Amino acid sequence: MERNLAYIALFAALIAVLGFLPRIDLIAGVPITFQSLGVMLAGAVLGARKGALAVLLFIALLALGLPLLSGGANLWSVLYTPRIGYVIAFPVAAFVTGWLTERMTMLSLPVAAGAAAVGGGMVVLYAIGVPIAAWMNDLTLAATATGALAFVPGDLMKAAVTGVVTGQLARMRPGVVMSR
Amino acid sequence: MLTLILPTDTALHRLPAGAKLAVLAGFGIAIGATSHLLLLAMAFALVWAAYLPLGFAEVARLPRRLWPLWPFVVVIGGWHLLRGTPEVGLAAILRMLAVFAAATLLLLTTRFDQLLAVFTTIMRPFSPLGLPVARIALALAMTVRFVPVLAARAEDLAFAWRARSPRKPRHRLLTPLALAALDEADHAAEALRARSASV
Repeated sequence: MERNLAYIALFAALIAVLGFLPRIDLIAGVPITFQSLGVMLAGAVLGARKGALAVLLFIALLALGLPLLSGGANLWSVLYTPRIGYVIAFPVAAFVTGWLTERMTMLSLPVAAGAAAVGGGMVVLYAIGVPIAAWMNDLTLAATATGALAFVPGDLMKAAVTGVVTGQLARMRPGVVMSR
Repeated sequence: MLTLILPTDTALHRLPAGAKLAVLAGFGIAIGATSHLLLLAMAFALVWAAYLPLGFAEVARLPRRLWPLWPFVVVIGGWHLLRGTPEVGLAAILRMLAVFAAATLLLLTTRFDQLLAVFTTIMRPFSPLGLPVARIALALAMTVRFVPVLAARAEDLAFAWRARSPRKPRHRLLTPLALAALDEADHAAEALRARSASV
């Protein structure tokens, strides 16, 4: 029990720290951060339930006003920006990433985690994030979806990195990857 | 890093954290209900005026604190200009700036332990329903405690990388950083068990 609590708390902290890492501007104004990588990793490493709880813990801290989103934002300061859609989608994305990693046992762990990150961290994230982002900003779905296309190359890279890192963690600390 | 709090004690610092959080949440919801440009502009001016107790320096610094939002201003503004609906775009931008400024004001004047106390108070009624409030509060506090620890570790890893290579580390620091998080979690779990914390 203590172990689960500590893992959830530390992964929430990891997601926060990944937001501090210097970001790369793919196109001017479209920041590519490592934060969504933390969400994918939480699901792939901790599994569906604990991964989603880690992300919920992170969001609870945002709601308390801590500036842990990349760029020093909290939940209230992104409330009326397109980012809110993605923040709301984060726990679901982590859950689906974990759920898929747990179930794709016929694939090797790195491949399964990478594919699960595409499913949870991209497909589900966009499916929830894009409509909410559009609705919150009086934009059309098509325009928001086109904007989201800019994130696809970066997110594909992040999904691949999730697979690699999950595989390496499993090799270095057997038993630590809880999704398997 | 985790907090922007201004060390000078002002009237806003002394307000109860729960009241400030409630006003912020209420403000965020209320401002979403209107698209009236004049009302939104007044709301933004009101938030800006609320910075006055912090001193004129902070009032003057607000534009710089809002600066990170410029990409969103460009995207939302540009889109609505193209569609010929500049009022809708201006409303969205004003709403975004007002809520961001209000959230920043909370951070400038409130400590984390005060916010955590608010959380525990709000959640207490749910605890008979099976929500482990004490456990969640412990997890929140642990996360806040470990963010600077992990951030320092990330910095050390980046330093060590730069000592060895002229190239940028990019994703190569992720595995050691995640490993650090997992190991810290093991240590923390052991420490909790040693204190026989009933969590």
